[in-house]
Amino acid sequence: MGGILHIAYKLLVNDRAKYAALLLGITFAVFLMIEMTSLFAGILTRSSATVINIGASIWVMDPAIQTVANTIPLPDYVLDEVRSIPGVKYAVPLYSGAALLKLPDGVYQSANIIGLDDTSLFGRPTLENGNIEDIFAENAFIAVKDSEFYKLENPKVGAEFELNDHRGVIVGIAHVASSGLFGVPTLYTTYNRALQYIPSTRFTISYLLVEPKTLADVALIKQQVKAAGYLALTKDEFIQKISSFYKYQTGVGTNMLIMTVISFIIGLSISGQTFYTFVIENLEKFGALKAIGAKGRELIVMILFQAAFVSLTGYGIGVGLCALIIWTARLYLPDYAAIITFSNLVLAFLMVIVIAAISSYVGVRKVLRIEPFDIFRG
Amino acid sequence: MARTAIEAVGLNKWFGDGEVKTHAVKDVSFEAYLGEILYVVGPSGSGKTTMLSMISGILRPNSGTVKIEGSEIWSLTNDALADFRLHKIGFVFQDFHLFPRLTTAENVAIPLILQKRAWDEALKEAEVDLEVVGLKDRAQLPPVKLSGGEQQRVAIARAIVSRPDILILDEPTASLDGDSGRNIVKFVREHILSDQRCIVIVTHDSRIYEFADRIVKMEDGKMMGIERENLNAQ
Repeated sequence: MGGILHIAYKLLVNDRAKYAALLLGITFAVFLMIEMTSLFAGILTRSSATVINIGASIWVMDPAIQTVANTIPLPDYVLDEVRSIPGVKYAVPLYSGAALLKLPDGVYQSANIIGLDDTSLFGRPTLENGNIEDIFAENAFIAVKDSEFYKLENPKVGAEFELNDHRGVIVGIAHVASSGLFGVPTLYTTYNRALQYIPSTRFTISYLLVEPKTLADVALIKQQVKAAGYLALTKDEFIQKISSFYKYQTGVGTNMLIMTVISFIIGLSISGQTFYTFVIENLEKFGALKAIGAKGRELIVMILFQAAFVSLTGYGIGVGLCALIIWTARLYLPDYAAIITFSNLVLAFLMVIVIAAISSYVGVRKVLRIEPFDIFRG
Repeated sequence: MARTAIEAVGLNKWFGDGEVKTHAVKDVSFEAYLGEILYVVGPSGSGKTTMLSMISGILRPNSGTVKIEGSEIWSLTNDALADFRLHKIGFVFQDFHLFPRLTTAENVAIPLILQKRAWDEALKEAEVDLEVVGLKDRAQLPPVKLSGGEQQRVAIARAIVSRPDILILDEPTASLDGDSGRNIVKFVREHILSDQRCIVIVTHDSRIYEFADRIVKMEDGKMMGIERENLNAQ
């Protein structure tokens, strides 16, 4: 079979114009599909940035919460109630809210303020610079060095700013796993200082972060929280809930899906049409091969090999091109959110397989129908 | 006495049904022998190509039998028929049907590759046959760089590379000018024909009749009898 595949390979790559057109079609389709799905994956990941960065096992919230950014404050007694549930190892409050900072040069900049539990600092970021105990110092904030860090004018430890006429001081520079979605920098402080600096409503707890004693306790905790009229979600469930909101209750998911489908159709059209022309132009030669003694299945193998070869090559180039574009874009656009995930790659691969299958199906049908007798008849 | 290479008995082939039924070959019987060149001549639409296809295992007759060196071929399965063609019959098509994207040597090697021979070995053997047809120095060129006569020779090299007992040439002079056509058939007579090979040529080019051992004529689907016999034996 190796010799036949060698012939198939040469027939394909030596027809440079068609080979280039086939590669272009597949590459373009793969590039678009991966770019679209990577953007979507990036948006979804960033939309759950706070959940990912804080890292609590269980999040207790108001049942009406749709995303982590739109908080509905919880009464203080909920904290006591949750702490009293058997199976809860500990539960701490978290503040999450927006604030307007006045930077040293007079510029106003929105920021996301995370207030960590004063006693445990649960969910604190990893410090690159400074000491975590300094967060208890007067006016202390820790700045997150993510893609939005420059909007704080690249502060160093000791830099100052104003927040609601309060003086703020950067006491540490930290890094986190994921940048936020909304293009604003993030500052960490203590829960009580956050309440002190930012105007608050009657209730002040944004979320309760809960650690169960064992995994088996999760179900009971969720049940008891539900009985109290609130919602307890594991970290993954909360991320899923946020993702579902962006997928199904905003236009983002639909638009990305449409773009991905269009990319697929473009790739299928270009590759399918070119492959069909390629087979049609060689149809008489395939008929001659049949007359000489090639079996139908050998011709099918040749066509499938050609379709698979061009598809996998185009897939590889498309993935590489997409990675290059994303890498380049990030050099100049720190906010660029695209992330190539394993799921994106698998999805694009499956779609390329479908393109190859449909393209080769038409070719196989043609080749199986050609009769050697037709070659004699001319 | 020469051994029988092809024995066709009572071959019939029709296409379509009812009013559109066309009886292309009507009760044709003949024999061809190893060591001879047999011409099948006749006007267009006389059934030559249909008959040729039936004796070469390409087109199944509606009735009749074809024996190649004593074995009935139409009782074989499709795969077995394909193997039979691959090993026993060499084809030279009217339009050559060479792959323009392969080199001349690779084109010639195709039957060997279909026989699952190693790529390098097949190419080496192909070059031997290209030497037989006088085109060894063209082995690495694509067929489109060759003249019509040279392409015909490449097609002949491809047909003989698997050492078939029966060689079938369909209108070998149709795509060539007069001199080239004669030279090709003369070349086949002098270099390709052997005691172990039967060559059947379908043609209506009377300028090459002199190279035939026997000529049978077809008209309106029927074999009209032997027009000329043992021309070269005389």
